[in-house]
Amino acid sequence: MGLIARAIEASGVATTSLTSAWSITASANPPRAVFNDFPLGHTAGVPGDREMQLAIARSALEAAWTMPEPGITVLDHQWPGEWRDDARGPVDHRTERLETPQYQNEDDRAAAIAAHGEGPACGC
Amino acid sequence: MQMPPDGLDAVDYIGVTKAAYDALGYDSYRWAHNDEPPAFVTPNVDLADAKVVIIASGGVYRHGDIGFTHKDDTTHREIPADTADAALRVTHFAYDQTAAQEDPSVVFPLQAVRRLVDDGIVGSVADMALTFMGGIYSQRRLREQLIPTLVRRTHELGADVALLVPV
Repeated sequence: MGLIARAIEASGVATTSLTSAWSITASANPPRAVFNDFPLGHTAGVPGDREMQLAIARSALEAAWTMPEPGITVLDHQWPGEWRDDARGPVDHRTERLETPQYQNEDDRAAAIAAHGEGPACGC
Repeated sequence: MQMPPDGLDAVDYIGVTKAAYDALGYDSYRWAHNDEPPAFVTPNVDLADAKVVIIASGGVYRHGDIGFTHKDDTTHREIPADTADAALRVTHFAYDQTAAQEDPSVVFPLQAVRRLVDDGIVGSVADMALTFMGGIYSQRRLREQLIPTLVRRTHELGADVALLVPV
């Protein structure tokens, strides 16, 4: 996402990124990012915590007006519970990189085929 | 490269990935690395007047959309700004989607940005949010196919600021 942020900013539109992966974001060096120390897959907040999700989105957007120079700003939200051992350990959530459209459930697949046929994914 | 501040015990995912690949005998994954400073622009309007486009890489689509493939899919989907959370779905090959499939707001803050608009904090939300499935291993395909499309759509949607949400 850092490459996308850099390209959009270079085209003249300000960007602000959420991140929970410090090293990946720092390496890509986007214009602005706000960091939450959360397990991956929850960049925008704790599930069901609407007030935290609102605060995170607001902080990220305000960063586009308040950060004086490129960098990563740390937010102080706390993840409920310990998660770092899993993140540093051998648990790997990657699955086979299938080349056909994948769906959350079979109802989605049926609805997509009904609407679009069996063809390749559209660029929309 | 900016280092985490003292006291922040951030997981080094580049190091974790390298260790996992080394153990399997795979070549190291080459994460994007830029020493060159990024462009840095200030929005032309205040946040309370700004139009926000959300761009999210967590594999978010709508029920009825074609899903993403899990291998270097450089297509994107467009999610209308009034889409209900109940119509949102998530598919991705690389992260634990348990939370995202239950509450898409954890990877796609459309509901939060709509609330900020209702509260007068943010001017408006773009007619469409732009979603794709990250984990595109080919930086060439990313640069040649997906990035130009996202840049073009950001401008066509009239956004003053882009809120980017990786996973």
